[in-house]
Amino acid sequence: MSDGFVRRRGGGALATFSGFEGDLLRSLAQQLVELLRNEVAAPTAASDPLEDLLDFSGPTTAPEDPVLARLFPTAYPDDEEAAGEFRRFTESTLRDGKARCAVLVIDTLEQAGLPDELGEETVWVDVELDDADAQAWMKSFTDIRLALASRLGVEEGDEDYWESLPEDDPRAHVHDIYQWVGFLQETLVRALSR
Amino acid sequence: MTHVSAPTPVELEEPREDEVTFLEQPWVTIVWNDPVNLMSYVTFVFQTYFGYARRKAEKLMLEVHEDGRSVVSTGSREEMERDVQAMHEYGLWATLQKAE
Repeated sequence: MSDGFVRRRGGGALATFSGFEGDLLRSLAQQLVELLRNEVAAPTAASDPLEDLLDFSGPTTAPEDPVLARLFPTAYPDDEEAAGEFRRFTESTLRDGKARCAVLVIDTLEQAGLPDELGEETVWVDVELDDADAQAWMKSFTDIRLALASRLGVEEGDEDYWESLPEDDPRAHVHDIYQWVGFLQETLVRALSR
Repeated sequence: MTHVSAPTPVELEEPREDEVTFLEQPWVTIVWNDPVNLMSYVTFVFQTYFGYARRKAEKLMLEVHEDGRSVVSTGSREEMERDVQAMHEYGLWATLQKAE
């Protein structure tokens, strides 16, 4: 199993993943990209045609999917109008940024030798990230963890509950993955911390 | 012939009260606790984005963790919107409001 990230000389971080681990990370990043592009960040139709023409950008209401709602929180909890305006001008940009980070994770893994499909032979993937790429990975790990936690319903101090699940419970498996990405995140933060 | 430009009359909407008074009353960015983000990561974000020293970043992170929320920056409404957007980029749960 991967030991996680270590500091890279000159900034950034290094890590080695098994083929299985690299494939898992790629699949998580791919799911994130699909989610971000799935529920289209389209503006809600305005009734005024002029307003329609001047409406450049994103949606004004919170996404229905709880994962997306967590990735794009409401900035003004007590002011619906201001919250809508903020969302309209930021959500599309945020979506693109998050998707770009996830795509970078996929590209880095594949450039480091992760094959399209895992075969019989053992593969190791050595990942080398400069500071900027490492920060993109970090953001993507965060988004992946937020997505998994929203789907699982992770709450503060619920470790015992997850421990108590039988091994064949699929949620226990997903929770293990969630914790593993957390471990990688912890080592990446440490590798980059001043 | 010399053209002298005259201001075009444009009808502006009445400025909203909060746009007029924002100079007097600052806005704040609040980061809220969530069960997912690691303490080390939240500290890292406060250091990296705001340029806070490690000690200050850790103090704010602990406030988020223990009190459920922390005011992490103060300024104009526009600046706070920028900070909130950046926090969302990092996956932190942030909101803005007028300073209390």
